[in-house]
Amino acid sequence: MEDLINLKINGIDVSVPKGTTVLEAARQANIKIPTLCYLKDINAIGACRICVVEVKGARSLVASCVYPVSEGMEVYTNSAKVLQSRKTTLELILSNHERKCLSCVRSLNCELQALAREYGVDEDTFSGEKTKYDIEDTNPCIVRDNNKCILCRRCVAVCNHNQGVGVIGTNNRGFATDIGCAFNMDLKDAACIGCGQCVVNCPTGALSEKDDTAIVWNAINDPSKHVVVAPAPSVRVQIGECFDMPIGTNTEGKLVAALRRLGFDKVFDVDTAADITIMEEGTEFIDRLKNNKTLPLITSCSPGWIKYCEHYFPEFIPNLSSCKSPQGMYGALMKTYYAEKSGIDPKDIFVVSIMPCTAKKFERGREGYMTDGLADIDAALTVRELSRMIKKAGIDFVGLPDEEFDPIFGIATGAAHIFGVTGGVMEAALRTVVEVLEGKESEDIEYRDVRGFDGIKEASYNVAGTEVKLAVVSGTANAGKLLKMIKEGKADYHFIEVMACPGGCINGGGQPIHDAYTRDTVDIRGLRSEAIYSHDEKSVLRKSHLNPVVKEIYDSYLENPGSHKAHHILHTTYIARGK
Amino acid sequence: MTHAIDKTNFCNKQTRVALRNCGIIDPENIDEYIARDGYQALAKVLKTMTPEQVIKVILDSGLRGRGGAGFPTGRKWQLARQIVPDADQKYVCCNADEGDPGAFMDRSVLEGDPHALLEAMAIAGFAIGATQGYIYVRAEYPVAVKRLDIAIRQAREYGLLGENIFDSGFSFDIDIRLGAGAFVCGEETALMTSIEGHRGEPRPRPPFPAEKGLFGKPSVLNNVETYANIAQIILNGPEWFASMGTERSKGTKVFALGGKINNTGLVEIPMGTTLRTVIEDIGGGIPNGKRFKAAQTGGPSGGCIPAEHFDIPIDYDNLISIGSMMGSGGLIVMDEDNCMVDIAKFFLEFTVDESCGKCTPCRIGNRRLLEMLTKITEGKATLEDLDKMEKLCYYIKENSLCGLGQTAPNPVLSTLRYFRDEYISHIVDKTCPASVCKKLLKFTITDNCKGCTLCARKCPVNAISGAVKQKHVIDQDKCIKCGVCMDSCKFSAIEKK
Repeated sequence: MEDLINLKINGIDVSVPKGTTVLEAARQANIKIPTLCYLKDINAIGACRICVVEVKGARSLVASCVYPVSEGMEVYTNSAKVLQSRKTTLELILSNHERKCLSCVRSLNCELQALAREYGVDEDTFSGEKTKYDIEDTNPCIVRDNNKCILCRRCVAVCNHNQGVGVIGTNNRGFATDIGCAFNMDLKDAACIGCGQCVVNCPTGALSEKDDTAIVWNAINDPSKHVVVAPAPSVRVQIGECFDMPIGTNTEGKLVAALRRLGFDKVFDVDTAADITIMEEGTEFIDRLKNNKTLPLITSCSPGWIKYCEHYFPEFIPNLSSCKSPQGMYGALMKTYYAEKSGIDPKDIFVVSIMPCTAKKFERGREGYMTDGLADIDAALTVRELSRMIKKAGIDFVGLPDEEFDPIFGIATGAAHIFGVTGGVMEAALRTVVEVLEGKESEDIEYRDVRGFDGIKEASYNVAGTEVKLAVVSGTANAGKLLKMIKEGKADYHFIEVMACPGGCINGGGQPIHDAYTRDTVDIRGLRSEAIYSHDEKSVLRKSHLNPVVKEIYDSYLENPGSHKAHHILHTTYIARGK
Repeated sequence: MTHAIDKTNFCNKQTRVALRNCGIIDPENIDEYIARDGYQALAKVLKTMTPEQVIKVILDSGLRGRGGAGFPTGRKWQLARQIVPDADQKYVCCNADEGDPGAFMDRSVLEGDPHALLEAMAIAGFAIGATQGYIYVRAEYPVAVKRLDIAIRQAREYGLLGENIFDSGFSFDIDIRLGAGAFVCGEETALMTSIEGHRGEPRPRPPFPAEKGLFGKPSVLNNVETYANIAQIILNGPEWFASMGTERSKGTKVFALGGKINNTGLVEIPMGTTLRTVIEDIGGGIPNGKRFKAAQTGGPSGGCIPAEHFDIPIDYDNLISIGSMMGSGGLIVMDEDNCMVDIAKFFLEFTVDESCGKCTPCRIGNRRLLEMLTKITEGKATLEDLDKMEKLCYYIKENSLCGLGQTAPNPVLSTLRYFRDEYISHIVDKTCPASVCKKLLKFTITDNCKGCTLCARKCPVNAISGAVKQKHVIDQDKCIKCGVCMDSCKFSAIEKK
């Protein structure tokens, strides 16, 4: 039996386990304490002072996000003193904040703006010198505008601890404190992996994705361009959130309808490419396993992970699957297979992808993501950018009818749908690889051991007499941990799936952003992943190799998985990068 | 010569405990320290006492932390010994990051008697159950660093640090860590964060270092001067130490006496000595026959004590009760030529500059506070601003993360408490009564002017005009209030108001 601590919050009796913070105890009693720098599982440093509360007997107000409960404690979360203090804190923050709220990408989805409204702040209480910064937008994925930074350090915490990257930190001190790379190095020159976790964890508009909507609008409006678009697996269960639909709603049909109404010439599905990825990667795995080639094989779908490996663990580059990501395969096939079949000059095809990810913007520009001199992808938009386009075009997303993807790049299996969540690629690969190796259809196709949100998951299956050892990792800090263990000989696997973002694409850096309170009280990742698994369960086809489109593309064009032609179009190479 | 100095009030009114060896022994020679009973206390502790007994002696002595806050040292050690009974590692740390402007008490001990510090840290290590100590010393003290280094090496050679000291089974070693010049690293959690190799920033408390300190282990952090008392307490007994001082502040305290005073320097006096004794007897009074206005104690986090409290016995609690604090022992004397608003601004400029920038109240609040003060010194503020400023002071004290922010407004609040009329003069009358605040000053030429033209030639901005042998005039729009004319005038014809 755990030791329970009894305390009173605003006169209400609360019992919580020892070690609980006042903030957590208050949440348990349904008392909302505002936060800015605090973020569950990511940052608890007591810096912003918005969450201050009065504790009877304490010398001063205390930051509830880091203050542990104690027996008999009496806490007041909304006394006049507390409310006035929070208001002053907000007014001070605003006195050094660029208040361009009307044009800010985070307007109406900004934690500072929401609090300012709740507390009825006076914008002019404090005036004085403001810090001035240039907007840093040379990184292909991420834009930093420190004029809007409130120094909550959530980005620093997630980059350092959760992602194990640590390219940003605190520079200077006092009023001149700012966030950036060491010695003010440009983010594009740092060993940033572009995962965008800093962006989704930023409470204000200080961090945002590099906005590529303008080039997409231009392409749509250019009659000489044949513009095709396709969303990644996780996008369909998330874009609804941008239109206030419940978290975890699958809106695939509405998404297709919206893309069509935006004026794209064809609306395809990256999921089809995900099925092809399984064919290629599965073949690669079987080849490496049977012929004693380099193992473990590590997946290559996540561009943040790839860049992390190139920067921090280049010795594992031979382990990376040579497969392009589904985005890359989709783009490459558009400009080869689709161009040929539809009789359009590939130079006139403009390929857009809708991604849960900011790193896809970097991946798009990789040298190895070109086929016959043409970039596979011409623009990679995040879910947030697409939602802005839909809103700008006046499309009532919620009221849209369900529509279907265009043939033929529009059919996908359940195996492809689950790519969007950690463990999904592994499970999809197993569904195919096991059948190929065992030479018979398998009954049980749900590999539950690789599901769930543990940072490092391990499983082992007996496949055709071989004990195949697997690991599934999400969050690059966990990937680093696992690779270190492998290097030290403490772990050993045949096949590893890595996703850069904790939880996989459903928690990607390009996804809709929710405030800290929602994140603390709603299991966002859980709801999104349920939607994905339920999509899989409802799918008629749940194994990639059964996808008729995949069969058709191999039969009529690529010959077979791992063929010379498939390698030319669907595979890539990697380079070691410095730290 | 030495004899004559001993006869002066500056020396013979002092009681030297922490500074007992400073200037007397060769700090680079361990034998000289040993000749003055050095390492006897450590031997006594290791050979004849239990950790609990050591802690009890320190508790009974009434020694309180000399770094500023005055937390009872014995209690600190007791907590670090007891709070995590099964800790696999504990640490003893020394705060030698003396950063108050004009303060050099710790430097004097570090440079003059480094072994006293090492001995005390080893005793603390024995008391709490630690085997490793760290001295966090500011890199701006190169002599101190060098002498500490020598002292540590000598102590290791003699077996007074290292494995199995005095064959007692107790092992203890000490390493030096250099501070990079951030004032906030004198704050205990920031200091530990810095030793750990991170940016020196405070962490929220609780957990307190006694539970989770350096590298997350139970740790004790004391200031240099605190440690400098330990061996003497062990050797002479707690009663001896407690016989000095006041009821709740025992022993002596070293002050860095400076400012408008005839004898400046370090003075060690028993707690409870009055400000009058320090300033008039030891300090030899105020130069040039000027009148005492206030004494600033406690460094940038402290406050100003006005003449009305001249006879207050100096101890921790009395200083707090009159709106100042002991701090690490800075004592700056001010006379009638000092503007109290300017003084508050000076100290606040320091803390604003030294804020680490982590929490909002300190990072932005203190900055805005400084801007408000500047407005006052420029004659641009209203009484409403004064009210707002005072409220902001209390907000910052109440909401800041660490001691630096929580105490930064103290110079403002204490000058407001005793010298509010000076603030009012700046705001309402637009004058600086002490004629310090430049923006409110006006230089004019009186009838004493002989028309020698010297001032006009010296003026760097050509603001003075007038014919030879005629009275000159200052163009107020051009004047930058540098005071060169006044300094150069041979006829005292220039007036500053």
